[in-house]
Amino acid sequence: MTPMTPVPYRVAARRADLADTVTLTLEPVAEPIAEPAPGQFTMMYAFGVGEVPISVSRTGPVLEQTVRSVGAVTRAVCATAPGRILGLRGPFGTGWELDAAKGRDLVLAAGGIGLAPLRPLVLAALADRDAYGRIAVLIGTRTPDDLLFAAELDEWRARGAQVEVTVDRPAPGWSGHVGLITGLVGAADIEPALAAAFVCGPEIMMRVTAQALIGRGLPAAHVRLSMERNMRCGLGWCGHCQLGPLLICRDGPVLPYERVLPLMTVREL
Amino acid sequence: MKAMELTDLGPLFEALHGAGRTVVGPTVRDGAIVLAELSSADDLPHGWGVELEPGGYRLRRRSDRAAFAHSAGPQSWKPFLHRPRVKLWEADRTGDGFQIATDSPDPPRYAFLGVRPCDLRAIAIQDRVLMGGRHTDPSYAGRREGALIIAVNCTEPGETCFCVSMGTGPQAGPGYDIALTELLDDGDPRYIAEIGTEAGAAVLADLDAAAARPADVDRARAEVTAAAGRMGREMPAPDLRDLMAGSLGSARWDDVAQRCLTCGNCTMVCPTCFCTRVTDTTDLTGDHAERWQLWDSCFDPDYSLLHGGAVRSSAKSRYRQWLTHKLGTWHDQFGSSGCVGCGRCIVWCPVGIDITAEVDALQAEADSP
Repeated sequence: MTPMTPVPYRVAARRADLADTVTLTLEPVAEPIAEPAPGQFTMMYAFGVGEVPISVSRTGPVLEQTVRSVGAVTRAVCATAPGRILGLRGPFGTGWELDAAKGRDLVLAAGGIGLAPLRPLVLAALADRDAYGRIAVLIGTRTPDDLLFAAELDEWRARGAQVEVTVDRPAPGWSGHVGLITGLVGAADIEPALAAAFVCGPEIMMRVTAQALIGRGLPAAHVRLSMERNMRCGLGWCGHCQLGPLLICRDGPVLPYERVLPLMTVREL
Repeated sequence: MKAMELTDLGPLFEALHGAGRTVVGPTVRDGAIVLAELSSADDLPHGWGVELEPGGYRLRRRSDRAAFAHSAGPQSWKPFLHRPRVKLWEADRTGDGFQIATDSPDPPRYAFLGVRPCDLRAIAIQDRVLMGGRHTDPSYAGRREGALIIAVNCTEPGETCFCVSMGTGPQAGPGYDIALTELLDDGDPRYIAEIGTEAGAAVLADLDAAAARPADVDRARAEVTAAAGRMGREMPAPDLRDLMAGSLGSARWDDVAQRCLTCGNCTMVCPTCFCTRVTDTTDLTGDHAERWQLWDSCFDPDYSLLHGGAVRSSAKSRYRQWLTHKLGTWHDQFGSSGCVGCGRCIVWCPVGIDITAEVDALQAEADSP
């Protein structure tokens, strides 16, 4: 047993969220890995195919990971049937550090699959609802059919969160927002100066969303992003996840916006 | 500290072999001085030196029988500690999943003979990366902890050496078990041996060697000090970390990208470059899987691959990643520079890119109004 040895987990349930996205409920076959914090990730291993870094989409007594099929390994992970076994290593990296935002309003902004790493944060905040001010969840997706966790959003609303969704391209029957997620920032019912923001999505989406939030008066020091780079080990040994001075597997993936901004603006860094 | 005099390295080999150690050191092979398992002191490259230049390496005959009067060769000690290919585990398919078996053979017990001060520092830098963080690489750690290090103070720096400006030589820093200095009298070598650890003292105690004369100890010091004045290269003096951080937009990267072949030789010969890829494979039946850790290079286009494509697709960005990491962001990540001034990347670059010259150019660009 070394840090490179996957720990066997059984797929207890498999839910097809979208055409290309699956949420797996995972149960340890024997010893579990340490409980991940919201924002942390594991390395998920599909036998013989390979390993990929995936953020947890639910943590606590129930572990869930939401995976979009974009390559050979994620395709194999997504196709794993209930009862079959995957390997997990981790958890790795930094979490969202929700505790540091106690007493503040919360803005959670997600682009596409970026909602998955934010989901455990939503659930943690709603589970300790009185510890926070207003909670706004802003979601941008390509089309209404790409909306992740659609069946849960009403429950989040019922438990006291404002949830706003915008789509790039509407479909017949869509009566909600259309356009970039920055268009939702003004609709967030928060007191910006007293809020904290958690943003996950494509880099350009995170940049413009953070800028829009800061433009409304949200302190830059209270904006956190989740970064993505190639990862091979999760342990700080392989070098692949470097972003300038950072090793994303060790220093990230969740990082203060102010730390990442100068790095995000250098092409091909 | 008491120093000993060794007139002949034969007894040292016998003692090391007698202790069950595999002795690895420099020897002439394939037209180069490589590091390989040695059976006796006769295997050492007595009477061989090297001529170095950007993109060039040649053996040359010396007029004496010095064994360690040559600069860094194509290898460092990296392949012996941080192996190029490591099988991490293998697994077999079972009814509903797989069963993993981790094979952990006893690591070899090496004695590294002739570790140059630059390479000694490089080992310390890799220690920090692979053993000094939250997670320890068990393959590296097993080999490292079993290794006895016999350093050689450098009295013969090469044309591409710049250890003085990186603060790593020519006097061996901490980390050796024994440090030798080679003295030549009428062309024949003898050695002043200084003790660094109890393990080193135990080896020397078995040799029945005489205490070194103070005059010889002084002479050894003086020769190493003199070597500091004969460095073939110099890394410019300013704060390299600041220079790298401030040079990300420099035009010099376009210039070097015109020459760089992105072959990755510099990363392979570099004694501190540690990057690996993790590769999962199966046999043809699909029922037996293995995981391997292989040396990788930041010059490989796949190195930075994400689902949308490579983060660093241009040669310019990959060279910039290598140099700014080595000299700059290594400090942020691991608390020191990643460069020890061994000069290998200059010698083994097929187009002779010289990092001291590149840094000079970056500094000049930073200084220009």
